[in-house]
Amino acid sequence: MAEKKISIPSFSLPPRIDQVGVEERASRFTKRSIKKETKLNGLFLTLNMIDLTTLEGKDTVGKVRQLCYKAAHLHDTYPGLPHVAAVCVYPSMVATAKKAVEGTGIKIASVATAFPSGQSSRNVKIADTKFAVQQGADEIDMVISRGKFLEGEYNFVFDEIAAVKEVCGEARLKVILETGELVTYDKVRRASDIAMYAGADFIKTSTGKVTPAATMPVTLVMLEAIRDFYYKTGKMIGMKPAGGISKSKLALHYLVMLNETLGSDWMNNQWFRFGASSLANDVLMQLEKERTGVYQGKDYFSID
Amino acid sequence: MAKAKNNTLTLKFDTARVYAPAPESKSAAKILPQYDLFINGKFEKPISKKYFNTINPATEEKLSMVADANAADVNKAVKAARNAYDKTWKNMPGKERAKYIYRIARMIQERAREFAVIETLDGGKPIRESRDFDVPTAANHFFYYAGWADKLEYAFPNRTAQSLGVAAQIIPWNFPLLMAAWKIAPALATGNTVVLKPAETTPLTALKLAEIIQEADLPPGVVNIITGAGATGAAMVNHADINKIAFTGSTAVGKIIQKAIAGTGKRATLELGGKAANIIFDDAPLDQAVEGIVNGIFFNQGHVCCAGSRLYVQESVYKEVLRKLKDRLETLIVGDPLDKNTDIGAINSKEQLANIHKYIKIGVAEGAEMYQSNAAIPTKGFFCKPTLFTNVAQSNRIAQEEIFGPVLSIQTFRTDDEVIEKANNTPFGLSAGVWTDKGSKIFNLTTKLRAGVVWANTYNQFDPTSPFGGYKESGYGREGGLHGLYPYVEL
Amino acid sequence: MARLPILKTYKIYVGGKFPRTESGRFYAAKNAKGELLANVCLSSRKDFRDAVVAARTAFGDWSTKAAFNRGQILYRIAEMLEGRKAQFVEELMMQSATKPAAEKEVDICIDRLIYYAGWCDKFQQIFSAVNPVASPHFNFSVPEPTGVVAAIAPQNTSLLGLVSLIAPVIAGGNTVIVLGSFDKPLCAITFAEVLNSSDVPGGVVNILTGKPAELTPYFADHMDVNAILYCEADAEAQQMITEKAAMNMKRMKFYPTMNWLSESAQSPYLIMDTQEIKTTWHPIENIGGAKAGY
Repeated sequence: MAEKKISIPSFSLPPRIDQVGVEERASRFTKRSIKKETKLNGLFLTLNMIDLTTLEGKDTVGKVRQLCYKAAHLHDTYPGLPHVAAVCVYPSMVATAKKAVEGTGIKIASVATAFPSGQSSRNVKIADTKFAVQQGADEIDMVISRGKFLEGEYNFVFDEIAAVKEVCGEARLKVILETGELVTYDKVRRASDIAMYAGADFIKTSTGKVTPAATMPVTLVMLEAIRDFYYKTGKMIGMKPAGGISKSKLALHYLVMLNETLGSDWMNNQWFRFGASSLANDVLMQLEKERTGVYQGKDYFSID
Repeated sequence: MAKAKNNTLTLKFDTARVYAPAPESKSAAKILPQYDLFINGKFEKPISKKYFNTINPATEEKLSMVADANAADVNKAVKAARNAYDKTWKNMPGKERAKYIYRIARMIQERAREFAVIETLDGGKPIRESRDFDVPTAANHFFYYAGWADKLEYAFPNRTAQSLGVAAQIIPWNFPLLMAAWKIAPALATGNTVVLKPAETTPLTALKLAEIIQEADLPPGVVNIITGAGATGAAMVNHADINKIAFTGSTAVGKIIQKAIAGTGKRATLELGGKAANIIFDDAPLDQAVEGIVNGIFFNQGHVCCAGSRLYVQESVYKEVLRKLKDRLETLIVGDPLDKNTDIGAINSKEQLANIHKYIKIGVAEGAEMYQSNAAIPTKGFFCKPTLFTNVAQSNRIAQEEIFGPVLSIQTFRTDDEVIEKANNTPFGLSAGVWTDKGSKIFNLTTKLRAGVVWANTYNQFDPTSPFGGYKESGYGREGGLHGLYPYVEL
Repeated sequence: MARLPILKTYKIYVGGKFPRTESGRFYAAKNAKGELLANVCLSSRKDFRDAVVAARTAFGDWSTKAAFNRGQILYRIAEMLEGRKAQFVEELMMQSATKPAAEKEVDICIDRLIYYAGWCDKFQQIFSAVNPVASPHFNFSVPEPTGVVAAIAPQNTSLLGLVSLIAPVIAGGNTVIVLGSFDKPLCAITFAEVLNSSDVPGGVVNILTGKPAELTPYFADHMDVNAILYCEADAEAQQMITEKAAMNMKRMKFYPTMNWLSESAQSPYLIMDTQEIKTTWHPIENIGGAKAGY
């Protein structure tokens, strides 16, 4: 890659995003009709892009092991299915998960930095991250300090992300903006830019603990931020919408949006993930429907 | 990593090749092999005994044959309209007139899919647009004006509105059903009767509307729909017993009509051509502005009188806007109008395609730089790729004359007063677009642009409640909203 | 043996559902001969309180729907009422109307709903203004719905007064709680069934039956109600309402002389009775070209 001199923009300049325009454009993607081989390819790709997630206070070793089995064996009666991209857990569960997916190629993503609120000291957040990395996490999903962001302390937010990136080592860093708490699209754009310039490998919409979580318009704003960043710096950044995507039809709309905003180089799980738990089974039901010609019921697909 | 050979960054879009065909079924559309003239509530054979073909511009296949009304047929239709006006419609209470118009609105909604498919087959516009825009907006237009029929006493302070009589209405081929709705609905609501002629390349949805009018039990003669070409239109304009002419079409024909009715006392509204300026300031929301540019010139293949065909970009953001625009062009699919994924359908006719090619040649000859997307276009039928011209000057013909196709002329500007002057520097004045995040600048532009419709931070928005019409040579009179009643009443 | 019919239970309509009055009370609605028509809910203050909560909850969505959408819904109510005309004629006749009078009443109600359906997206065009202020500002005034409206329907009709009162209120984007006629309560509840099948969101219209003398003071003093409508020619009641309404400045409209049968009982001014006017200013820059403003 050519050496580009990257100048960091002033984050206090307000980004200009028109909400009505964004929502109109996002709605247009849902008008694409995805059928036949396009649909099949899209469904396979969706499965391979899922970060299968469990982030409950009541998670246990048993629960995580069962989830990891599902991650590698989504529906063994359907031959040739891909496995999910990653399993996403709390730092205390990383070791268990890592052992359970050994040999499958599935990555382990860990949340960190006082997830989900991020309301703690720098030391605690760094220690949290270091612990997850030591335990074997391939990816770290951190949260930004939304309170500081809303106070206008953009340098604080920037420095925090850079510090976490530093202790990630080989692990790729996803930065969660928690768009539901930022509320407006121009704030989401600003937060996206801060995250990318500070060293994020991925930007992510939500923790899944706040409503609204991912929406198509908010994801579009972030994809456009990634596009502008790419043209300015030559660096590719990944995108992860998380929370609220439980239906295949919606996932396919997201893929259309990705395809028509960033193009084919982003259409793989190196650069795009779905943060989801029940989406996988809906995709499996659609695949079975395509294979057998009849609509499916929940009883025929394992719930882990 | 996505990089071109000379180390400039690019993104790879292969949109059209990625989506499997998703054609809408034709089975919803019931098209008869031949249509007669709809006069006095019945389909009547033309006195002229002549018919002509209407074809599908995407495939060049014949769809049907429609009657060619001559002067005698026109006379028959006007007589029916006059009779219905005098005996039935003029004196019917507004609230009963309203009920008929509501019925038409509801029936269009019930048969929406059929109308959308026929509109796409006959005219070439993408099914997504006819399904999501043309047909619902047409139904809503009838619904809106139905509500005015018994409320005219509130619409004109200190005046009692009287209907005019018989209205002769001539509509174009770019929004056939919608233009029929724009014409018929306010005319009926205010108590007039109608003789309407659809364009010769797109008669079918108007004839379907005639079927609905029959089913709605509208008293015979209140609406008459006759098909034909230029001669039929001229016969309507020149007929002695019409009170009002409503025409949407080219400025050239509009001028002919005005001269023809001079001294006759006939009222007229004309909705003519345009060459709208779409203005992007450096503080505009750029991604949404690019969507507005695309919408402005490629919606309906650019066959829109209010198309944003002259783009003005403030020079400091020109490079960025152009890059985003070119990327967006790569995701536009040109193809079979019946495919649900098609963004840009067929050009309406061979003649129109020839006209567009003519202007593309002129643009190149004038020294402008032409850019087209990598879209694959079908080999059969009439198709044109979305086209940009940069390095355009105000004095280029492609910046002055209406092309009526998916061709955008792009210029840069530096200051507010410069672009206001350039935007207004045209004989047309139908519409304009302004993109800026600053409220007071929006109103600076909107108050100064000499155009009948000004879109700020949006483009090509239409609503039955919103008046539409031009300044200067884009015509006079308004359609839509409260102001859309004025052309059809005597105050 | 003749088939035994199922007797209808007349419950109140709150939040899109048909609960019984929380008080458990009832009163016997009787016809002119003194025969029992039905046991009808004697609504309580708490029922009204619950209805206000439902109306307030529904206001955000109803008032922000596209005006044209509200028009379509009102048209749908008319469609449903037209379809159930025979049932309403029968109910009116049970409550002492002659057949011709009953049919006329239902016809007027249907046509009145169509009338107001047509106003939903037009009254703004008549009653708004762009104001040519002397300073360089864009200045416009528009009507906005006032909020939650409490209404006591005209007591001498079973259907006409209720529909005539509700239609302009909801056409303007408000939500409403209405108390039906005490002596002739049946059509109010059957009309609730029509609303329920017309795509009207729950809570937009709430219908109670009960004693006006008992409930009107509560309609008038509730702090989360924005306007009250009252139709009887009762000066004492009007005074009581005016005094209580002062507590939160709720708007009051009295219609004691309205002849609901005539066309004069429908007009866009009735919509404006439950509208506020909002005026907005925004600067207009002046750069380039001759000076211009709105």
